[in-house]
Amino acid sequence: MDSIWFQRFSKISAYLLAIVWVLPLLYAFWAAFHPPEFATRFSLFAPLTMENFVSAWDQAPFFRYMLNTVIITTIILFSQLIVCTLAGYALAREKFLGRGFAFALVLTQLMVMPEVLIVENYQTLTGLGLVDTHLGVGLPYLASAFGIFLLRQTFMTVPQELEDAARVEGLSGLGIIWKVFVPLAFPTYLAFSLVSVSYHWNNFLWPLVVTNTEASRPLTVGMAIFGAPESGVDWSVISAGTLIAIGPLLILFLIFQRKFIQSFMHAGIK
Amino acid sequence: MLKNRPHQHCVATSKSLGPVQPAPITEFIMLKHFNLKAWLLLLPALSLLIAFTHWPTIKSFWRSVTWARSDAAPAKFVGLENYEILLEDPVFWTVLENNFWYALGTVPTSIALAIMMALWVNSKIRFTGLLRLAFFTPTILPMITVANIWLFFYSPNIGLFNQLLAMIGITGPNWLGDPDIALSSLMIMTVWKEAGFFMIFYLAALQTLSPELFDAAKVEGASAWRMFRKITFPLLMPTTLFVLINALLNAFKLVDHLFILTKGGPNNASNLLLYYIYETAFSFLDSYYAATLTVIMLLILAITALVQMLLIDRKIHYR
Repeated sequence: MDSIWFQRFSKISAYLLAIVWVLPLLYAFWAAFHPPEFATRFSLFAPLTMENFVSAWDQAPFFRYMLNTVIITTIILFSQLIVCTLAGYALAREKFLGRGFAFALVLTQLMVMPEVLIVENYQTLTGLGLVDTHLGVGLPYLASAFGIFLLRQTFMTVPQELEDAARVEGLSGLGIIWKVFVPLAFPTYLAFSLVSVSYHWNNFLWPLVVTNTEASRPLTVGMAIFGAPESGVDWSVISAGTLIAIGPLLILFLIFQRKFIQSFMHAGIK
Repeated sequence: MLKNRPHQHCVATSKSLGPVQPAPITEFIMLKHFNLKAWLLLLPALSLLIAFTHWPTIKSFWRSVTWARSDAAPAKFVGLENYEILLEDPVFWTVLENNFWYALGTVPTSIALAIMMALWVNSKIRFTGLLRLAFFTPTILPMITVANIWLFFYSPNIGLFNQLLAMIGITGPNWLGDPDIALSSLMIMTVWKEAGFFMIFYLAALQTLSPELFDAAKVEGASAWRMFRKITFPLLMPTTLFVLINALLNAFKLVDHLFILTKGGPNNASNLLLYYIYETAFSFLDSYYAATLTVIMLLILAITALVQMLLIDRKIHYR
């Protein structure tokens, strides 16, 4: 039988672990809003300041980086939604020889992620002349096996009668997908979009490889350069920069917290 | 995150694709089963996937058996020469060993923590909403950016960890500079990043378990640990297998924090395979050897896929 002590111990551990888990974020807030001399000293009476944000903003082209991240993430999401819808529909609703093979081809990408193939994909991008462009950063991700898989699962649950009824109404081909399947799969689209946006907002290795200048460099790569010890920036300014970089996604997450977590769950158990 | 979710289901479903009849090849050629519309719908996806997944995979194998003085010079076939170099490359063996320990250190820890977190969030204690938020937040933060914060936590003398240790009279180690500890320091951050993400899957699974299962056990006076061991954990097994595969894949592809924290050092003590591939290709500019390393990576991923197929019972359903 559990003693009351066990329950208390378990409860306290839960709260302690939660505090440990948010510690990096808490520290970033502490350092960012206090003068540099308090970056490593903790005092209740430390004065508040916005100075670190100003100097971070001056020292790196954050606006440009953020714009690049938004453009890249948008290109990827937009393309993924279209490409995955078409492929997901074909795999879920069309009968044809080679369907199993086509599906297997798609699923390969779940195991062999584009990150692993940076060497060859960089060569391809050089050949296409797309190094250091927004499109280049997005290109290997424009089709997502994960998205195709999710939409296929969802489209398979749509009753055949609905599709038949739409056909009787005179809709055909793409019209049926657009008017019948897309609206019904809305929760899946939302889940996939949130997962995709947070993945690509945070993606680092491939953008590092294919970007050379501010013209296309996303926030993650910009922050890596900004925060590098060689650049001689202090902790407070780095923390301020970090908050600027994660700010938009963090705010979005805090507002739609429930939706976010549900989406990750939804995407995970499909 | 995005690419690593539903592998196990994929395998399960790819095996049960429904009534596709194996038709003789002649019928295929006679267009009897050829569905132009389906292939047109698949065209954009398949061409992108082939261009950036299948073709580069094949090309990696080809490049690994060729060599040239520079990328500009024409490559010539050298057979297994690159692989002979690989076998004698001490750094390769170091990163492979590191990756092994990295997987062994992060995978079970992340899973154990994820289960604990899910049990807490799913229990009747207060503030479960806040707990869930706290545990999940690292998932949506960019690894590379928070690595800057961790760099401060780990820094000698002034770093937060060593300041805390100093308070209780312990001289903290050089977390990232000591070759014996650097890899473990990376693991701690990886576990922090991953555990809350895996918690979500356990949470989803826990919510499907009926409370009656536990009522009987409670009547019999079973302890919490016994109930967990005899009821909860076995029922969570499918989720554990699924999370296990994802965690294993992450152990090979999560290297972002290396760029900030250790750069694989000191003296490769914390270097991992994917980071070594990056270094070889883009710092040492040897794309042929990088391709050889990529082939090793692909083989490891293929073995993981194989293990997954052997391990997972295809009859398992989540819904």
